[in-house]
Amino acid sequence: MLQIAADGLIIGSVIALGAIGLSVTMSIVRFSNFSHGELLAWGAYLALMVASVLSAMHEDFATPIGPFSFGWGLIIATMVAAAMTAMLSLLLDTILFKKVRKYGSMTLVIASFGAALVLRNLLLFWQGGVPQYFSQNLQIAIPLLPRRVWGGLRFTPDQLLVLALTLATVSALHLFLRYSVLGRSMRASAINPALAQVTGIDPERILRATWLISGALAAVAGVFAGITVQLRPTMGVDLLLPLFAAVVLGGIGSVWGAVVGGLLIGLAESASVTLIGAQYRTAAAFIVLILILLVKPKGLFGERI
Amino acid sequence: MQLLLGWLSYASFFLVFATIFAIITLGLNLQWGFTGLFNVGVAGFVAIGAYTSALLTTPKAADRLAGFGWPVVAGLAAATFVTGLAGLFVGAVALRLRRDYLAITTFGIAVAIQVVANNATPLTGGPFGVQFIPRPLQAWLGTGLVWTSAYLALALVSLGLVYLGLEKLVHSPWGRVLRAIREDEEAASSLGKRVFLFRLQSFVIGAMLMGLGGALYAHFLGFIAPEDFLPILTFQLWAMLIVGGAGNNRGAMVGTLVVWGFWTAAGGVMREWIPQQEQARAAALQVVLIGALIAATLVLRPRGLFGNFRNSRL
Repeated sequence: MLQIAADGLIIGSVIALGAIGLSVTMSIVRFSNFSHGELLAWGAYLALMVASVLSAMHEDFATPIGPFSFGWGLIIATMVAAAMTAMLSLLLDTILFKKVRKYGSMTLVIASFGAALVLRNLLLFWQGGVPQYFSQNLQIAIPLLPRRVWGGLRFTPDQLLVLALTLATVSALHLFLRYSVLGRSMRASAINPALAQVTGIDPERILRATWLISGALAAVAGVFAGITVQLRPTMGVDLLLPLFAAVVLGGIGSVWGAVVGGLLIGLAESASVTLIGAQYRTAAAFIVLILILLVKPKGLFGERI
Repeated sequence: MQLLLGWLSYASFFLVFATIFAIITLGLNLQWGFTGLFNVGVAGFVAIGAYTSALLTTPKAADRLAGFGWPVVAGLAAATFVTGLAGLFVGAVALRLRRDYLAITTFGIAVAIQVVANNATPLTGGPFGVQFIPRPLQAWLGTGLVWTSAYLALALVSLGLVYLGLEKLVHSPWGRVLRAIREDEEAASSLGKRVFLFRLQSFVIGAMLMGLGGALYAHFLGFIAPEDFLPILTFQLWAMLIVGGAGNNRGAMVGTLVVWGFWTAAGGVMREWIPQQEQARAAALQVVLIGALIAATLVLRPRGLFGNFRNSRL
């Protein structure tokens, strides 16, 4: 019982991190970006590439830190990958989305659908279809609660770290959006772009910042997905439906909504594994999506950032 | 003579697929080109049609739940109807809400159908799919070129009927309302048109055509599997519509022929020129190419070859 909830939180924190970026683009750039999942996958693979280069340079980079399965190399690699994925996200905007923006939001959706296929298949071309791992080290789950208390509770150190880092990242983003000048301008543009522009906010700058932030967050989410599960070229598209479900559930544009939505979708997936079997876990996100559209289409936390 | 026969047989295969895809693209054109409804789950609707007809028409088998031995014509009709019901469900949920919710919901249903097709093995045969789907009139016409040509004739007649029906529809007062909604929803609704109902009707009819296309596909090949209905199929169909030009039925059909020709040619070049062990990677590049084609069309020629949007805002 407890373990189902715990597993749900781990899946959910990956979904939450990805969903925040998607939610922010949906409220500021104003379209459903079907290529967002691919940014997660690219982030994960770029981190894998940088980490293996670092390990090849010096073996200390690959030595596991304390109880975790990975070394300093992966931490540096994640930062580099976040920067690279942010640039990739901005590049996509420059060569594609910016050019078709004038034809309306639905053309942007088609363009993003095309971009997703291109990105995914380039990844498949580059890396092949075989799943990969950041580390070959096996981790032993630490029992936090013994079995007699509600079935017990076990976490691997990696999972605990992912949970903690997700919380830290989300809090940092929250502070940024609430207090920094750029963050406040982004919120203003999300609510009323015309009025924001009148007050001297450069809309292009806001869009650039949005793409960079959502790209970097996607890379971190992708690395976390790679640490807790594995790396596959289709990991992005497999996560896309849960991401959208989380955004709609939380309410487009709400950072905390995306987090709560992501965790709830994670819990629903984890519960469905026990209730109807692991193979139907992806369908859980679809059922939650349909329910939320029928009952509360604005989501739990409305349309604000 | 042998060469000519081989070539004819290849050409008729190519044309049957092009014709079936054209029917589906026409359905998509009604949804997107004439009504502005964005469907990202086309492959899902095609799969519903294909599986419905396959499950109803296959002979009874001990290891499966389905298999009713219905005649093929009944299978085609049922596929069209059931896919329409699926369209009704998705439309009723998503069409009242903001426009991208339809995109997200249709994407979701395509994913869900993939999951069911792959895992509900007693019903759908799981990853191996459904075999022994009856091919109409095969008892009389054999398996060769004669049968393929006959099937091509059947597909062409279906396409012709669909095309004439759609042309009549979109030039009727009903079609004018659809275009009015696409161009300016508020103006249309201020004139007393019930926007939601018109959209729902258009979405359901489009879905029915996708189901019909799926069923025709199943009965042509004789076997289907979940991997026939991956997102790449949705993307190919979208490429056909975008290249041909949304909002023009003839353009949609020409676009289908152009993109399917481009796709088949790229596949042929790959098989000839690329060594066996590299083909899986090259197939990925083939998708990249067609993705670049769709993006380039959007950027350079947003109305497609024969686009018919009165103003360029989609």
